[in-house]
Amino acid sequence: MERQRKEQHDAQKKSDNRQLSRRDFMKLGIGTLSALAILEVGGASLFFMKPRSLEGEFGTEVIAGPAESFPAGSVVQFPDGRFFLVRSQDGGFLALYQRCTHLGCSVTWEADKSRFFCPCHASSFDFHGDVENPPAPKALDTFPVTIVNGQVLVDTGHSQARDTFTQNQLVYA
Amino acid sequence: MSDHKSASFTKKLIYTSKTHPDDRSRMRAVANNLVLHLHPTKVPAAALRWSYTWGLGGISALLAILLGITGVLLMFRYDASVERAYTSIQFMETQVFFGSLVRSIHHWSANLLIVTVFLHLLRVFYTGGYKKGRAANWLIGIILLLLVVASNFTGYLLPWDQLAYWAVTVGTSLLSYVPGAGGSISNFLLAGPEVGQGALRNFYAIHVAVLPALLVLLMSYHFWKVRKDGGISQPAPPLTADGKRRQRVERLTTIPHLVQREFVVAVALITVLALWAMFVPAPLEELANPTHPPNPAKAAWYFLGLQELLLHMHPLAAMILPGIVLSAIVLIPYWDKEEGDIGVYFRSTIGKLMALAGAFFATALVPLLVLLDEYWIDFPALLPSWPTLVSNGLVPLLLTLAGLLGIYTSMRIVARANRSEALVGLFSFVIVGFVLLTIIGIFFRGPNMALIFPY
Repeated sequence: MERQRKEQHDAQKKSDNRQLSRRDFMKLGIGTLSALAILEVGGASLFFMKPRSLEGEFGTEVIAGPAESFPAGSVVQFPDGRFFLVRSQDGGFLALYQRCTHLGCSVTWEADKSRFFCPCHASSFDFHGDVENPPAPKALDTFPVTIVNGQVLVDTGHSQARDTFTQNQLVYA
Repeated sequence: MSDHKSASFTKKLIYTSKTHPDDRSRMRAVANNLVLHLHPTKVPAAALRWSYTWGLGGISALLAILLGITGVLLMFRYDASVERAYTSIQFMETQVFFGSLVRSIHHWSANLLIVTVFLHLLRVFYTGGYKKGRAANWLIGIILLLLVVASNFTGYLLPWDQLAYWAVTVGTSLLSYVPGAGGSISNFLLAGPEVGQGALRNFYAIHVAVLPALLVLLMSYHFWKVRKDGGISQPAPPLTADGKRRQRVERLTTIPHLVQREFVVAVALITVLALWAMFVPAPLEELANPTHPPNPAKAAWYFLGLQELLLHMHPLAAMILPGIVLSAIVLIPYWDKEEGDIGVYFRSTIGKLMALAGAFFATALVPLLVLLDEYWIDFPALLPSWPTLVSNGLVPLLLTLAGLLGIYTSMRIVARANRSEALVGLFSFVIVGFVLLTIIGIFFRGPNMALIFPY
């Protein structure tokens, strides 16, 4: 009975391929709705698990302090913000993410050698975060610096990758 | 029917009939028993040989069960928060009855499982266990191996000590070198750019819920498929004297021949593991400190082969090479279609020779290349005008691939090995090379990742 009906259906389908039969409509409908349901549940789960950061934590804008409190040629570490605020000799600011670009260890500033050093695999970076010694493949990432009413603000939510240091990365008060 | 009446209630839960000590009843006992239903009622005598399987699949399954039991116990005592994780482990080590032992058994079972599933893969490869329609189960096995590694890696973070924090930092940074989606996958897993509370919570959920569920599903499928494929791989039986038919294979009943062997291996494994866990507690270092990485900072030991590779190549190349090797391993059943040699270790005499040659070349070449690259070769300096992605990435990657291709073709041409035998040689080379890189990474890398002698 079932087979007969199927044969009949196939024959009908052959005779007129423009017409969508009830069977095909149901198949297509159920298929589409199932795919949609999977997408919705999957999407909702992904959004559910999406990382969020709270105000004041790492990942938000950090107030570093008044611009004049950082002398030229200074390097100041902000452990909570995970960055070093560097002020070059000509007064430009640069916020260097402390995360080594090789495998994610934390670099430390060695003032006597004037370099950032990663103890994990011995990469080192110069004052501006440029690679001095591999295995690190590129310069330290930076965070956007803005200066509002003389206060230095560092946005730790958006790290910026770069290959090397260029003069235009410096931000002036 | 009288069987049913006389059997106790608890027995009836798993048996549907009583066992008599003759073959027919024993076979019925297997067929009617819920637990024993994993096995066929009879198995080929040759498949029972210890020196054929080394019991590696069974040992891995038992370790998985032990991990499940100890893992559930640990969940009752563990807090997945940055503030409390470390202290909850300390409390477990010092105050909780059998806390240290349960954690130690979990720790060592997990590490041993990595070893046994790896050896299981080697056993299946060398006996051609992916042949004759077993390609699907070969793939499932590889996925299971990756899930085991993922379980280990997610569990690694949970104690929240220095070892955990930096191994996972380094491990997820490896991931972010995967071209395209690597960075965002790492970001998603860690719930941010760095290892923190979000990462700990994610890893915990993945470790105790997602991965075990997947493992149980795929393990069940893996076992079922072994039976559907006609039991574990075995050589085709020799022809009869008239050459028209295959000889009959000697088969033994599962009870007692297989069950007894499994019991002995299980008891021996549990004894050794428990003793080892008593005398060697699971390590716990100082509390994780995000500002002070140790020197050297190493990934978990099973990733140190990869990390070693990373010291010699641009990160992208060091990710692509294992990716190619893994894909090749998945695709082996479609390349090696020789079916006559299934169930024979190393295929044939030539195959055995190729395996030895591959292992020998790797033992000679890999340490030599590591030394050369450490002290003499410097591609970026040799090719200063090229970007490092090419000079330190593409060049060594292509050289390595050319070397692998050279080994395969020379085995095909010079040694006249067939595809299957040459593959045995190439596989041995790659596996021994990988194991050597891992050993170098574990023992021969000291502060600043410089080469050292371990003693």
